[in-house]
Amino acid sequence: MPETTRPLPTDDPTQVAAFEARIAAGESIEPKDWMPERYRRQLTRMMSQHAHSEIVGMLPEGNWITRAPSLRRKLSLIAKVQDEAGHGLYIYCGTETLGVDRFDLYNQLLDGTAKYSSIFNYPTLAWADMGVIGWLVDGAAIVNQTILAKTSYGPYARAMVRICKEENFHKRQGYEICMTLAKGTPAQREMLQDAVNRFWWPSLMMFGPSDTHSPNTAELLKWRVKRKTNDELRQRFINLTVPQAQELGITLPDPDLRYNAETKNWDFGTIDWSEFQEVIAGNGPCNRERLEARRAAHDEGRWVRDAAAAHAAKRSQATAAA
Amino acid sequence: MAESEELGIATGEAQAGGRAVAGASRGPVLGPPLVEYLLRLGDDRLILGHRLSEWCGHGPILEEDIALSNMALDLIGQAASLLRLAGEAEGQGRDEDALAYWRDGVRFRNALLMELPKGDFGFTVVRQFLVSAQSVFLWEALLASTHEGLAGVAAKAIKEAKYHLRHASEWVVRLGDGTPESHDRVQRALDDCWRYTGELFAQDEVDAAVAALGITVDMASIRARWDQVVDDVLQRATLTRPADGPMRHGGRVGRHTEHLGHLLSVMQSVARAHPGATW
Repeated sequence: MPETTRPLPTDDPTQVAAFEARIAAGESIEPKDWMPERYRRQLTRMMSQHAHSEIVGMLPEGNWITRAPSLRRKLSLIAKVQDEAGHGLYIYCGTETLGVDRFDLYNQLLDGTAKYSSIFNYPTLAWADMGVIGWLVDGAAIVNQTILAKTSYGPYARAMVRICKEENFHKRQGYEICMTLAKGTPAQREMLQDAVNRFWWPSLMMFGPSDTHSPNTAELLKWRVKRKTNDELRQRFINLTVPQAQELGITLPDPDLRYNAETKNWDFGTIDWSEFQEVIAGNGPCNRERLEARRAAHDEGRWVRDAAAAHAAKRSQATAAA
Repeated sequence: MAESEELGIATGEAQAGGRAVAGASRGPVLGPPLVEYLLRLGDDRLILGHRLSEWCGHGPILEEDIALSNMALDLIGQAASLLRLAGEAEGQGRDEDALAYWRDGVRFRNALLMELPKGDFGFTVVRQFLVSAQSVFLWEALLASTHEGLAGVAAKAIKEAKYHLRHASEWVVRLGDGTPESHDRVQRALDDCWRYTGELFAQDEVDAAVAALGITVDMASIRARWDQVVDDVLQRATLTRPADGPMRHGGRVGRHTEHLGHLLSVMQSVARAHPGATW
């Protein structure tokens, strides 16, 4: 039976109380520490979704590696996608500290039962998307992950510290692509604006449903797995991003976007949550293509993995016989 | 030089009804030897690096996505340095991007082996192994090149090539001595690649001219060391070294396979859609 559908064991209330006291005192929870089963599962869910997102996230950007318009851009795009593979690997290993097998988690991705960030189900249609993904998508991820670096589970927090450093670099790189296009030819500026028009709203959806509709938020906040709500993080991202858009001289596709002097926030229009629900349900523009690409890589690589295992077995046999 | 001249198309030796039909040259006219030589080295790495980069996100295991990307990064990085040197030697103001993105296929000088489609993972590692073994010994020799820029590239590239050779060799052994299926697949890949290996060591007047200046070395010495490494790894991999049949040539003078045109039409598409743009 899959881990997530097994009934929850009842945790000892004394242990739960001691655990929550540690959380309240700001202590970090380590792999060998006792933790409520719900806590362990929430973290497994969040970390595996994060790892899956890194791996699926390689595809939309990988789509432009062969077409990058200069050698410098080609090199930095390959390096970026490679970093994502590294992050995925790193977080998958992190989940193993929670007693799960990364190959089981990966199978959940392939069979479509695990989730990953909805943003990667949108297609990359132009070179400008490489800039905009770096700027907006990595920008949104950083807002999320900077807070996650203070999460109560030690291994995840430490992974986030390291990953955030690289994500910051990716974001700068993406913004620099955007700036180059913004200062470029009319066709380049048009390409940039179109990419922003396509990615703005999906980027806002990356923070997840509004707090009133987020089933996990209260518990995650109590255990300091999360430190801010989805809506707080989304607002923070918008406040950071609007001045950057102004700097680029592009518009954001929201007629209701305006500065609120009272709250010091940028107010924004209504997010189309039906689109978000559709993408989450598997009906986004590229859901099928993304999973198909991962499955194809997995299936076509089976003989390679089998060979590596067979060779390793022969070697250890030979060593034992010697 | 006009395109028709460079391709060796007749420009007026014989006249029939007022139009030239008989040309003096049967082959392409090449540029200055140093430029040609640097383009050959640079294009080998650009095209092979491009092929490796096609794996990014599609590898058999995550660790290999990372390793293949690493090798692509090394090779394209080397290519950028080499093409920059070629542009400088040419002296017509072309930088590495002008050379990578604005030459047509017939102007590319890579060996044919580099441009063959990536194939399965077995083909990719076998090709990488054969090429990296040549690269390691070539870079070792080029450390002493009289061309300062080239010796500088060699100093960095030698470390990278050694890692590529080690990584690819390990996979050739693993797959060759793995399962019956993996053995068959890599043996087939080896057989398919073999007829393109002669070109890695071929020498023409370009090589002779740069070798005479101490810029490069006689490829025969490199071939001998390559043979040793190849024999050793193939033996450990329980693979059979194919017989040296007729070898395929042409890449060094721009006579490519049909695959290169498709690769370039993808690689150059964005750059060429926006002439004069900065990226």
